Amino acid sequence: MKNILFALLLAPSMALAADNEYELIIKDHQFTPTEIKVPVGKKIKLIVINQDSTPEEFESHSLNREKVIAGNSKATIYVGPLKSGKYKFFGEFHEKTAKGVIIAE
Amino acid sequence: MFGSAIIVFREVLEAALIIGIIAAATRGLPGRNLWISVGVGVGLLGSLIVAGLTDTIADMSEGSGQELFNAVILGTAVLMLGWHNIWMSSHGKEMAANAKSIGHAVNSGEKEMYAVAILIGMAVLREGSETALFMYGLAAGGGTDQVSLLSGGFLGLVGGALIGWLLYTGLAHIPIRHFFAVTETLILLLAAGMAGQMARALIQGDFITPIVSPIWDTSSILPMDSAVGNILHLLAGYDARPSGMQALFYVITFLVILIGMRWTKTHPHQAI
Repeated sequence: MKNILFALLLAPSMALAADNEYELIIKDHQFTPTEIKVPVGKKIKLIVINQDSTPEEFESHSLNREKVIAGNSKATIYVGPLKSGKYKFFGEFHEKTAKGVIIAE
Repeated sequence: MFGSAIIVFREVLEAALIIGIIAAATRGLPGRNLWISVGVGVGLLGSLIVAGLTDTIADMSEGSGQELFNAVILGTAVLMLGWHNIWMSSHGKEMAANAKSIGHAVNSGEKEMYAVAILIGMAVLREGSETALFMYGLAAGGGTDQVSLLSGGFLGLVGGALIGWLLYTGLAHIPIRHFFAVTETLILLLAAGMAGQMARALIQGDFITPIVSPIWDTSSILPMDSAVGNILHLLAGYDARPSGMQALFYVITFLVILIGMRWTKTHPHQAI
């Protein structure tokens, strides 16, 4: 019973954070952080902020996602729910430097 | 230079393949070259405008405007491809076989050419706006090797267009009795693949649910970044890790167009 009450109390705050939000910054054609840990089985809201003046394309084959982000702007990408594992992503316009990975665990 | 050539090549290739297939499929239709040129021209103009508006579009519907925009473009292209195939099923053969007795077909052929222009405009717009944004970024970036980057972009453009042209010539050499079967199949797969991509865009923007994600994973057998995987992706909508919704969009589009084609084949004169 106590557990149920606790869950009910928690429910509103959980609803607020229902979209697991993560920020990813692009600067000098590099992602920060290069590694994002996310929970398994949850929908993730990825906010990509491009601080460079040039556009970048966030792309990931394993996440099945691609999106162009204009210079000095931000974009939202929904990902998952994911199974546990590593999901590499990269910036298609600067593939050599812009790399990162999402780890679902 | 090589890097920018490859990026532009990839973007141009998809539009070039679509134009190659459509140009082949509409051989012999009145005013075909004009309408294809109109489609390309309007698409290019639109690309520059869309590239300039990227920020504005991206900010719409809470950062997912780009997905919505792409979904609308893809949806329109799917409708036009489907309509083309269903129309061609009843008129294609008679037009190719006998250019004289087609007064009826030429009339509705004009509608068909509008569809072709819209379709090509959409294909060019989608790939062109990304290319324009990329090249614009290069130009604004002000690097020392700007000239080589821009000439790389030009090289990519020529390369992509060349492959589209090769596909067109290849298709044009297919004997007439197989020709329509081949182009119809290609367009059917193209439409289903675009419907799948449309679903993916809508999922990425959180407008619809993926149902299951992924429904299968063939990335170890045929990865998306392999040459074969990439070509199959462009031509037939292959995806190594599609979501359930993506597969559903694919299958439904495939079946609806196929049934439409069968129907017009058996009822040729209740034309659309």
